Amino acid sequence: MGVELISRGKVLCAKLSGDIDHHGAKELRRDIDIAIEENCPSELILDFSAVTFMDSSGIGLVMGRYKLMNERGGTVTVAKTPAYIGKVMRVSGVGKLARIVNDYTLPREDEQEVMKIETTNQ
Amino acid sequence: MKRPINDMKVVFPSLSENERFARIAVSGIVSLADPKIDELADIKTAVSEAVTNSIVHGYPETVGKIELTVRLYEDSTVYIKVSDKGCGIEDVQKAMQPLFTTRPDEDRAGLGFAVMESFMDKIKVTSKVGKGTTVVMHKRITPRERK
Repeated sequence: MGVELISRGKVLCAKLSGDIDHHGAKELRRDIDIAIEENCPSELILDFSAVTFMDSSGIGLVMGRYKLMNERGGTVTVAKTPAYIGKVMRVSGVGKLARIVNDYTLPREDEQEVMKIETTNQ
Repeated sequence: MKRPINDMKVVFPSLSENERFARIAVSGIVSLADPKIDELADIKTAVSEAVTNSIVHGYPETVGKIELTVRLYEDSTVYIKVSDKGCGIEDVQKAMQPLFTTRPDEDRAGLGFAVMESFMDKIKVTSKVGKGTTVVMHKRITPRERK
């Protein structure tokens, strides 16, 4: 169980892994919320591709982050949900709070630098 | 009278670490019936919800005992019982309503019973305030065609 956080521009991506249950959710919530405070993203992507198990604690995790992002005028995207946890998502109606996507692309790390170089050359 | 192929009873303390233990224990028995991945995931999720309820709501301030019984029958039906001797539920019907939670601050979605109901074939909850709560669930595993 863990989370890898990647911040690119206005997008914060949280790659979750392992089992998401009540036991582990507290730590995940704390780590994601700290990253939201620090990076002030306008979009939070929750990537579930490496999640091996999830119960309704994972739904609580999505709902709580939606509340926080909504207060800040941002959105939540749920991405790459494996089939066996997709059912938990459907039962909970999380689709009303978050955009659900199969895949996503993050803004490139060097995008701003590239733009700067182009401007200098002209 | 149906004969169980396996009948397991485990008792463990209501520590959140044991949510994972309960899932592993139930998987061990259910795997004997050669379930599909999603069937096993359904059962693990339902057990995880029931055990989490006992830990969070049954024993909110203390550590008590949780008893998990898993029976696998010859016709591939699975019987699961999760019981605690915790504080009990005043109004079971209300507690089972989707999105009802007494712990919104903890990011509890209030979907535990809704998940158990939709993932299992049958669920029965009995509770008495001050005595504890028992959840009994059944699910039939689809028999695979033998080659």
